[in-house]
Amino acid sequence: MTKVIAEELAKKQRAISVSEFFTKNRHLLGFDSPTRALLMTVKEAVDNSLDACLEMKILPEIKVILKEITESRFNIVVEDNGPGIIKQQIPNIFAKLLYGSKFHSLKQSRGQQGLGISMSVLYSQLTTGKATKIISKISPNKPAHYYELQIDTKNNEPKILKDQTVDWDKDHGTKIELEIEGKYLKGRQSVDEYIKQTAMANPYAQITYLNPQKEKQVYKRVTEILPKEAREIKPHPHGIELGNFIKMMHDTTSNTLSGFLQKDFSRIGAGTAEAVLKEAKLQGNNPRKLDDKETEKLFNTLQKTQIMSPPTDCLSPIGFELLEQSLKKQLEAEYYVSITRKPDVYRGNPFLIECAIAYGGNIPQDSTLRLVRFANKVPLLYQQGGCAITESVLDTNWKPYGLQQSGSNMPVGPAVLVVHMASVWVPFTSESKEAVAHYPEIIKEIKLALQECGRKLGLYIRKNIRAKEQREKAGLFENYIPELASSISNLSGDNKSEIENDLKKILKKHIKNILGENEDENQQVRE
Amino acid sequence: MKTNKSENNLKELGKDLSKQIKKGKDPSLTFTLRGLTNIVFDKKTKSLSLGNKKLMRTFFNLAHAKKFLQTIEIASVSKNLIKEEKHASLRDAFYQIKRTIPNTKVNIVDEQPESDKAIEDLEVITGLSREQLNFNANKNGSVAGRVVISDKGDTIDWSKLGSGGWSIPSNVEDIKFKKVNAKYILYMEKAAVWERLHEDKFWEKQNCIIISSQGQTTRGIRRLLQRLSEEYKLPIYILTDFDAWGFYIYSVIKYGSIALAHLGSKMTIPTVKFLGITANDIEHYGLNKHLIKLNDKDIARMKQIMDYEWFKDNKDWQEQFKLMKKMGAKAEIQALSSRGISFISEEYLPEKIKKKDFLD
Repeated sequence: MTKVIAEELAKKQRAISVSEFFTKNRHLLGFDSPTRALLMTVKEAVDNSLDACLEMKILPEIKVILKEITESRFNIVVEDNGPGIIKQQIPNIFAKLLYGSKFHSLKQSRGQQGLGISMSVLYSQLTTGKATKIISKISPNKPAHYYELQIDTKNNEPKILKDQTVDWDKDHGTKIELEIEGKYLKGRQSVDEYIKQTAMANPYAQITYLNPQKEKQVYKRVTEILPKEAREIKPHPHGIELGNFIKMMHDTTSNTLSGFLQKDFSRIGAGTAEAVLKEAKLQGNNPRKLDDKETEKLFNTLQKTQIMSPPTDCLSPIGFELLEQSLKKQLEAEYYVSITRKPDVYRGNPFLIECAIAYGGNIPQDSTLRLVRFANKVPLLYQQGGCAITESVLDTNWKPYGLQQSGSNMPVGPAVLVVHMASVWVPFTSESKEAVAHYPEIIKEIKLALQECGRKLGLYIRKNIRAKEQREKAGLFENYIPELASSISNLSGDNKSEIENDLKKILKKHIKNILGENEDENQQVRE
Repeated sequence: MKTNKSENNLKELGKDLSKQIKKGKDPSLTFTLRGLTNIVFDKKTKSLSLGNKKLMRTFFNLAHAKKFLQTIEIASVSKNLIKEEKHASLRDAFYQIKRTIPNTKVNIVDEQPESDKAIEDLEVITGLSREQLNFNANKNGSVAGRVVISDKGDTIDWSKLGSGGWSIPSNVEDIKFKKVNAKYILYMEKAAVWERLHEDKFWEKQNCIIISSQGQTTRGIRRLLQRLSEEYKLPIYILTDFDAWGFYIYSVIKYGSIALAHLGSKMTIPTVKFLGITANDIEHYGLNKHLIKLNDKDIARMKQIMDYEWFKDNKDWQEQFKLMKKMGAKAEIQALSSRGISFISEEYLPEKIKKKDFLD
């Protein structure tokens, strides 16, 4: 009996391809609702465009067009002036999951797994059955290539439906066009908001956006200078997990353990390598020949060994001046403050925090503070509640900084708060990459950034509110005088209007003194 | 006579301000600073009084103007009351000056504590007590015992007032004692305990006077205690919960309070003794099961009180604080009820008083 069942089961058991897996688990990547699917598709395409431009040091010019076909079906076009993609790679990049160069490197970048854009292609094909159209051109002297692609989900291989050479009046760039099932909404989690925030975090990019209601927005660049390029670094031994460690050991080109440690990790020199190997009682072996126990021993020894923190000059911040300029362009506030913190390290990964606040002006008075979160210059629109940035904001006492706050709630006041985390590896809570995980080192840095901005904001608010109150109070004296005169007249029996007139004279004569007066509650005159 | 003095003081205040204004000077009030930084403990009279630090409050000052106006408004209300021979409660006084100043959004007062404070300021400025300014606090507290008094022409017998006893008015200056037949006065923090003792006819059996308040001791009660203590030399025993707040009630009656330091020894009764509940009572009467754990506030308050000048060097009291800390707990008077509803009146109090088991 048992044997038969086992045989039956064996027939059903087979490896499922990554494509099949993600078909069934698309929520893991953020494609769980029609609204979010629309956003994710735009987001993946725009992220790719920005990364491609930066890599080739091109000032990005990106066009995003959303067209409504029916209420639940949309056509999305994203076009950039990036370096383009060579013909042979186009199908793999767009129609093969987990294809990409970023996965094995540690470098501050938007995408990490190479899942994004091909996931959109898969989603398009699943919901509409349509193929994705790509045009790409790498140089004015080369032709543009046009592809229509789908994914062969069983084998995770591109299915090429059309492959042509076409004319395209652009020097270089890539254009992607997809049709998906989706839903267009306005508000905090909309595509409109995503584009707006992306422009804020990427002040060197020009983004033109046409939404389904045919409203056109052009976000002009604030600067012509491209940001400092993020440098690729090797993993730090304290930031790696055992699984990846084993994989690195397997993939290494070194033939000795010492060589492997020195070449494939940052901050390990010959001395450290020898010390680690001695401690782990492993000498000179071929990394591929270690057994499980030895591997784990080596891994654990590495974790225990003191190793210099990784280099932190590999990060590319937005820059506090630019962040502030971006805010000024998008918001009519009364006061702006921004800072970029020095880099720090969590679990062997360098990161840095930037923060900016816009206060007053046209920002609504009595609502809660609006929090805008960025990770590696990508806006985070979902899962605000589960994000370390949000936790840090709630855990900060905003009252001394002039905002209202009850308990550990979101502070209230006319303010927009922007927090950006840049890192070679942003620890997200899930694959949909919408919330930063709660590492104490990260939360500490965010809070320090918030406090630094907060103190400056508080200073401004106190100074200005005080000035405003002073002006109002000056006017009050005039109204206080008749009241005081009447009471003194009642007490003394002297004529009321005489007292009133005399008081008015005193006010007129000393008005400047009175307003400049210090505001000690009571002046002590003598002991 | 008294009325005249009050009226004159207020008129002087008005004349003084009027003169300053005529001379083109920013009108100012100078008075003794009330507050922690200007409190002196007089070891001779054993009472808190104000030091010599003075404050000046001027009208043409952004921070002072409203308070200045409040004080003068209150003075004006007081003058009218005295003239009409009427009295107003603190609440009345608040409503008399509460109004919006024309052309502004500012109210002269928004909350009663503001007018209460203005009255206290006026007391310091004029050297007159609240009662002399014709302001009365709310009635608070009950008294029973073999005492006959006359109050505004009415004769009142404290032993014949049913279950409620006589309500103590805020001003007891004008009452006259016609007959006082008691060996001592028992003052307690809680009305519920008073009711118990009254129902058990404790004052009759023990030949004493029982007085209660609801929480803090009001001025009227303190003055009544003081008059009975001075005029009839009656010893006073205090019964409160075993906690920092209870100890403070005792401390206020004996040594005075920071808020009323300007009244100095007029309010303090250095001869009062603390009857209970003490740490030893808890042990002796087996109240251990009815302890309540100290919270952070209790501990903080205890630490403050421990360091009061008059407790600091008092071995008996320091012992109490030490034991409370050790127990990590407090107890209410009502814990005694665990031994029987009338245990307090039939055993606890008679025994304590007989043994003269007091703290000083």
